[in-house]
Amino acid sequence: MADTITLEVMRYRPEQETEPTFQGYEVPFHQDWVVLDALNYIKDRLDGSLSYRWSCRMGVCGSCGAMVNGEPKLTCATFLSSYLPGPIRVEPLRYFPTMRDLVIDMTDFMGKLQSVKPWIIRAQEKPLSQGEYLQTPEELDVYKQFSMCINCMLCYAACPVYGLDPQFVGPAAIALAQRYNMDSRDQGTTPRLDLLSQHDGIWGCTFVGECSKVCPKEVDPAGAIQQYKLTATKEWFKSFLLPWSAK
Amino acid sequence: MNQTPTYSTYPLRWHRPRVSTYWWLWRWAYLKFILRELSSVFVAYFVVLTLLQLWALRDGPQAYAAFQEWLKAPGVIALNGVSLLFVLFHTITWFNLAPRAMVVRLRGKRMPDLLIAGSNYVAWLVVSVAVAWLILRG
Repeated sequence: MADTITLEVMRYRPEQETEPTFQGYEVPFHQDWVVLDALNYIKDRLDGSLSYRWSCRMGVCGSCGAMVNGEPKLTCATFLSSYLPGPIRVEPLRYFPTMRDLVIDMTDFMGKLQSVKPWIIRAQEKPLSQGEYLQTPEELDVYKQFSMCINCMLCYAACPVYGLDPQFVGPAAIALAQRYNMDSRDQGTTPRLDLLSQHDGIWGCTFVGECSKVCPKEVDPAGAIQQYKLTATKEWFKSFLLPWSAK
Repeated sequence: MNQTPTYSTYPLRWHRPRVSTYWWLWRWAYLKFILRELSSVFVAYFVVLTLLQLWALRDGPQAYAAFQEWLKAPGVIALNGVSLLFVLFHTITWFNLAPRAMVVRLRGKRMPDLLIAGSNYVAWLVVSVAVAWLILRG
């Protein structure tokens, strides 16, 4: 069994260099260490200048995403033992601009997330005195899968459509829109559809399907987008055949 | 003592790598996707071929015999063989993806993927057998 394993980490220090470089670090190998443990070891013991994001260490916060040997992964859930004998190449999430080392700029993603109105929209709110909006377990089950998203952006790093066309709203944001569309308490399908039925919305997706494969929470954004396409098509036919029923 | 904080004054220079034209070559899943997209060309080719066949049929036995003779050319056989492989690939990959887009719920429970994909395969088989019977019955 190896005592150490090498990590090749992408370094980008905009004040020093114009192009990123790779720096090799030899870290102790432990069966129960994940890539994030190795990065923390580098930061604490070998090179304090390395920059990366992390928080919860348990696959919940979604902040430690990076490309590990070319695949988008949560570094807190990716064991070193899966890559023996190494080396392991760690790069920032693909298709996002890199600010420094493994830190990407997520402004674009945050804007897109907000643009799909990811909250419950009501035509008219009922007064508090009438109590909460009730929901059966079956109604919860309809959208629950899509509500598990942790906004880790791995799906964007797996989506060549987003890479080639940064205007594309992208998998996670559309899945989240679908999560609210399918919520029995929500009435905001129409305003969301107005945005997402554009070319850069659902129709930009060519169903590569990799977003769903890399999702650490099995959200299946690709499925959400295809289901959304069906909804949009049905709505279009409805407005075409029954124009008087238009909202 | 100088109390001025030493903030960096360099402008933000983000690294934005260009997506390679050949992004689909380095991963089987992406290559499979491109092949699936490409398979549409062969689906269209078979549609045109069927239309040409109907056209020849309309023009009488002589024209149809000439069309059949053309179909026997080695180049056409090779092209049709490759097209068949692509059309099968097209059908199978799309049928396997169908459960992701079609969510059918029965009594509140989502029907298993196997059932959705399976019903597509059964429909394919039934239609193929019907067409084969129609053409081959004599």
